[in-house]
Amino acid sequence: MGDLYESQRAMRNMRKAAMQRGVIAILDVGTSKIACLVLRFDGPEQFRDSDGIGSLAGQSSFRVIGAATTRSRGVRFGEVDAMQETERAIRTAVQAAQKMANVRVDHVIACFSGARPRSYGLDGAVDIAGGTVTDGDIGRVMAAADVPDYGADRHVLHAQPVNFALDHRSGMADPRGQIGNKLTTDMHMLTVDATVIQNLFFCIKRCDLELAGLASSAYVSGISSLVEDEQELGAACIDLGGGSTGISVFMKKHMIYADAVRMGGDHVTGDISMGLQVPMATAERIKTFYGGVVATGMDDREMIEIGGDTGDWERDRRTVSRAELIGIMRPRIEEILEEVRVRLDAAGFEYLPSQQIVLTGGGAQIPGLDGLAAKILGQQVRMGRPLRVQGLPQAATGPAFSGAVGLTLFAANPQDEWWDFDIPADTYPARSLKRAVKWFKDNW
Amino acid sequence: MRPLTAPPKPRAIKDPAPSKWGYRWQRMMLTPGFRSAMRVGIPLVLIGVIAATYFSKEERRTQLAMQIEATKAAIQQRPEFMVTDLLVTGADEHIVADVQRVLPLDLPVSSFDLNLEEMRATVAALNAVEEARVKIGEAGTLTVDITPRVPVALWRERQTLKLIDAGGVYVGVVEARSDRLDLPLIAGDGAQTHIDEALALFAAAGPIATRVRGLVRMGERRWDMVLDRGQRVLLPEVGAMDAIRRVIALNEAQELLKRDVVVVDMRNPARATLRLSTEAATAMRRVSETGTDE
Repeated sequence: MGDLYESQRAMRNMRKAAMQRGVIAILDVGTSKIACLVLRFDGPEQFRDSDGIGSLAGQSSFRVIGAATTRSRGVRFGEVDAMQETERAIRTAVQAAQKMANVRVDHVIACFSGARPRSYGLDGAVDIAGGTVTDGDIGRVMAAADVPDYGADRHVLHAQPVNFALDHRSGMADPRGQIGNKLTTDMHMLTVDATVIQNLFFCIKRCDLELAGLASSAYVSGISSLVEDEQELGAACIDLGGGSTGISVFMKKHMIYADAVRMGGDHVTGDISMGLQVPMATAERIKTFYGGVVATGMDDREMIEIGGDTGDWERDRRTVSRAELIGIMRPRIEEILEEVRVRLDAAGFEYLPSQQIVLTGGGAQIPGLDGLAAKILGQQVRMGRPLRVQGLPQAATGPAFSGAVGLTLFAANPQDEWWDFDIPADTYPARSLKRAVKWFKDNW
Repeated sequence: MRPLTAPPKPRAIKDPAPSKWGYRWQRMMLTPGFRSAMRVGIPLVLIGVIAATYFSKEERRTQLAMQIEATKAAIQQRPEFMVTDLLVTGADEHIVADVQRVLPLDLPVSSFDLNLEEMRATVAALNAVEEARVKIGEAGTLTVDITPRVPVALWRERQTLKLIDAGGVYVGVVEARSDRLDLPLIAGDGAQTHIDEALALFAAAGPIATRVRGLVRMGERRWDMVLDRGQRVLLPEVGAMDAIRRVIALNEAQELLKRDVVVVDMRNPARATLRLSTEAATAMRRVSETGTDE
């Protein structure tokens, strides 16, 4: 894990450098669209003199000065599939956002939804022998967590301390400065496929940009679309994306579980395309204009012209009733939600004190989805829209942008992760000391 | 019937993605330093290169220089800038003639070619001029305003009579004493540096002023007052005013100076000494011998 630790640390330093320059780009690499936002950081205390108050929970410290969206190409299941195509799509989005912001960005924080995320709960304990807890102790207790064998081809994307316990007192957010004997921590670790990260990294590098951070899109859409008490009491955010559906469970303002279902809106479109024998573009258009999940009697009479681009324009004037369209869409959406249900059950979501479910992402805009989701997932279901951030254009405030908006919040004040704390001195330098001694031995 | 011409093909949707070089170019143009270099630096360099190429030939450079000179001359020779007249004010005709002599002007001349400060210095360097102000007035007139030096005394140096002002500066020459009877006469080496003292002595000589011929500086340290009939009053180095007052008092009490006295020596303030003329001395001796005045 040392290699990854270093690369994540390098990304954190890059983010710090970008903060000092004041401009950073946000890149949401999705299956159906790629969104790029350019943020300008003003410094958190800039308006204290004029407004008399500090920044609003750190969220007034930045402003969106450029926003652009482009149709995604070369991405499947939230993973880079055709690198050249993805690179071109990223270039399109970045260029348009730069043009709007009229500033050049060099650092980018990216999120993606695929790569088969897998959650692990870790716990570690150290003896601190009656002293006060310091930063070093926290690094030590995190290093003491026994990391499961998650496979050589996977990388740790997030490793966040979720809970600290000092002796018998649990549920501490920040134990620093407190006195105790035994410090234990619970960590949430999210691993993803290494090749996906490498591909994305490579794509961004080919656009002359530097990666200053990576996040799971399920996590960041949870940050932006769950309100504070939902995050505190326990809630799940279902991000219905184009190629994959992200699930993140929050508790005590920490993500405790994340997963993804490799199905999304594109599959619904594919079903419509196959079922109605129309091209994908037409199917997408029909889905967004007429789509739904609950058919009523009215829908039998509402006929949709599906056109069909077969070349025989005179005779190919097919129509389909909206009820038929709903009949195609509903099983697929049910399948997705059932799959989500399975994942939530596996995570033990029913044991949380509050079982709020928030649907967000572009797929959440299907009319009647909340009723269907309530039947499958439980009674407490609501539609989630991302938080309002300063300067965000109206076009980018819909639920499809909860990932991008969440990433801006992530960029502005990221949660402490494992690599934000120093490696304890007794593991890492000891080895290098040993190496130094060996070098002396070998040479003299 | 099917139309023979093929229907227009729907235009292929253009790839919205910028080319790699287009993308890079846009990013470069958003870099402030590069942007300003492109907008300012390259035009400057281009102008410089074009100018250098054009002026690399000798005849073009000389042509440009000549053109500049011609334009300059054309502007400077405009009638608005020409000086056509010299007006000297505040001085008499001798000084005016001197000024016209020392200022080498061949009018009309452009005011750009005149160095007023130098002209002022030249005029002020004249002996008779205490202060000069030179300006180019309206209607192309060069006005020289002069404050002349006022002579306060005549100074006889060998055979010439010079006019000097209160500062002892030589002002001019007169032919004869009778030309300036209003001015007192002084003589002797170093007299010109003590004009104030001399003038005060002349003023103090009030009652005998009509008899005073002049003052002579003796040995560059003290004054002799020379009266008519060859009489002389020898004044001390210090306290000359008191001495002359005593002489006047003696004159009023005993009509000293009407007598046959050649020299009144006041050099020793405690004891005034008289020297009689030869006849007077002889007569006096005879009187003392015979006891009678024949």
